[in-house]
Amino acid sequence: MKFVAVTSCPTGIAHTYMAAENLEQAGKAAGHDVQVETQGSAGTVALSDEVIAAADGVIYAADLEVKGKARFAGKPYIDVGVKKAVHDGPGVIAAAVAAVENAPKAGTAEAAAMAAAAPGPATKVTRDVGFGTRVRQWLMTGVSYMIPFVAAGGILIALGFLFGGDDVVTKLYGGTLNGVTYADTADGVPAIFPTGGNFDLILSQAGFAGILFYLGKVSFFMLVPILSGFIAFAIADRPGLVPGIVGGLLAGLLGAGFLGGLVSGFAAGAVAYYMTRIKVPKGVRGIMPVVVIPLVSVIVVGLFMIFVVGKPIAAATTWLTDWLTGLSGSTAVVLGIILGLMMGFDLGGPINKVAYTFAAAGLTTAIATESTGPQPALQIMAAVMAAGMSPPLGMALATAVRSKLFTQAERDNGLACWLLGASFITEGAIPFAAAHPLRIIPSTMVGSAVTGGLVMLFGNELRAPHGGIFVIALVSKPLLYILAIAIGTVVTAAMTILLMSLDASKTESIAASEDIQEGVAA
Amino acid sequence: MTDLITEELVVLDLVASDKVDATRQLAAKLQAAGRVTDLEGFLADVAAREAQMATGMPGGIGLPHARSEHVTVPSLGLARVPAGVDFGAPDGPATLVFLIAAPAGGGSEHLTILAALARRLVRPAFRQTIIDAPDAASVASYVQGEVGGQ
Repeated sequence: MKFVAVTSCPTGIAHTYMAAENLEQAGKAAGHDVQVETQGSAGTVALSDEVIAAADGVIYAADLEVKGKARFAGKPYIDVGVKKAVHDGPGVIAAAVAAVENAPKAGTAEAAAMAAAAPGPATKVTRDVGFGTRVRQWLMTGVSYMIPFVAAGGILIALGFLFGGDDVVTKLYGGTLNGVTYADTADGVPAIFPTGGNFDLILSQAGFAGILFYLGKVSFFMLVPILSGFIAFAIADRPGLVPGIVGGLLAGLLGAGFLGGLVSGFAAGAVAYYMTRIKVPKGVRGIMPVVVIPLVSVIVVGLFMIFVVGKPIAAATTWLTDWLTGLSGSTAVVLGIILGLMMGFDLGGPINKVAYTFAAAGLTTAIATESTGPQPALQIMAAVMAAGMSPPLGMALATAVRSKLFTQAERDNGLACWLLGASFITEGAIPFAAAHPLRIIPSTMVGSAVTGGLVMLFGNELRAPHGGIFVIALVSKPLLYILAIAIGTVVTAAMTILLMSLDASKTESIAASEDIQEGVAA
Repeated sequence: MTDLITEELVVLDLVASDKVDATRQLAAKLQAAGRVTDLEGFLADVAAREAQMATGMPGGIGLPHARSEHVTVPSLGLARVPAGVDFGAPDGPATLVFLIAAPAGGGSEHLTILAALARRLVRPAFRQTIIDAPDAASVASYVQGEVGGQ
């Protein structure tokens, strides 16, 4: 068998090493491989992850708190203290062998439970902390796994715009360009692949830029499922993943956005957590982790998402759309502010989508009628796009100005947000909003409201449904337009920093400690 | 780097009434060699360590040790005690006593040497060679070669 061991003692110069030598010798004599990490005063040379992964069991011969104990989680272990290892190496080895042999066999429920506790994907969850901190750790676990999807998807979409120029927007989102009418192949990707649509069509219409864009959209589609899945994973370990990811997919399909994903993640985590703790007869225990828990938890979370979350959202969407349509005649600036508040609220979620769809639908009608003179619909489109650009740009600015308030991962995401914001990819701000909803969402709402109001005040018009800075050629009075976005960005960043600084020392220390957990030097 | 152990720090036939006496005799050797500045202060540090957990080791070893500010260079005092002296080991009195004196601060270099020494102590061949050595000089050179040689 293979064992890993940790030895330590109060002085750290004698017992630590004697115990280590003793365990190695006793192991060798009994035909076992023992690798020891001596946590003594001569410094600790950490066991490699490969060695730990290969080990059948763990021996703690430590009189001090074992450093990095989480690395060994899930393996059978014995805890004997350093003295026992010094005096009776063979006895310790024999006890460790017995511990491994008595450990649950693979395929049983107990083994599955232990495997679920094994390191695998790491969480940010530590034990023995208050409920508020735990909620935060659950959130941050989900967010940390989501961030790479935001970066990959957002940058791919931006690259699509970059290589495709302003034409690619029309070719992807549908419309008429130089007498050719294009179908909308971008909306609803990839869940609703447009009828008759396929990669050949995208390639022939929008070229390689279109394919990049499409890859980005698919990556983006996973954003909410990953957020939801890993929140549930943080709460309930492995059993949480299935209901969490399925619930997150439903949140996406139902148009519930990342806020829906937060709901599904917590719901799935809670369901899975309590299911793993139900006492069941021995005969059933074996099929609990592979059949019963996934099946029941998906049913519970799925029905919850469809009927409790999805139905009200659908109703609210309809109501909001009607309400917006009724507002069309009101003052332009007020409408811009309202649209901005909506764009900044859920950053790609249902309310944001209502505002965007309202604008895009108006754009289609306005272009089709080809009337002359000032066109409110084109102004609304311009306001909506600008208000969707300021949230990620604001995050980028805030992380650049006050980096200490954010974790390393957030600062990296902040860098990507410059590009995402410039490309009108509002979702770039989601990792921030998901991690600190009460501080970020008000900031993005106010910043976007300022942006939307200013655009309506300036009277900018936009003749494209998407594209950010890459369709600036289709914006009237582009300098004023950029000014409006810049002001909104500064407002977003300033309010973010203000709200994040309310408890600055705590926020900084939490960010720093999460960096340490992530292995990032502060 | 100064050798961990020299001929002057080895006592071939120590007669001691108890572990405190044995430790004091060895510590006096360290003080005479200029490696310990304050004998009483150092012994207090050793006693404090000893109080945490007896340092009697299996195989007839007593291992009083301390990191102390009264120590100038990492040192090892070594005594053979043919009559044995009790260091609290479950398997009987110690016939070899190793007094490890480590400076309180300092880098990890000397600690690495002490770690190497600690590892050797559990090997029967290491103990037997010391017991069979003809004189103090050969004990010192053997131990120094074992722990400093790597």
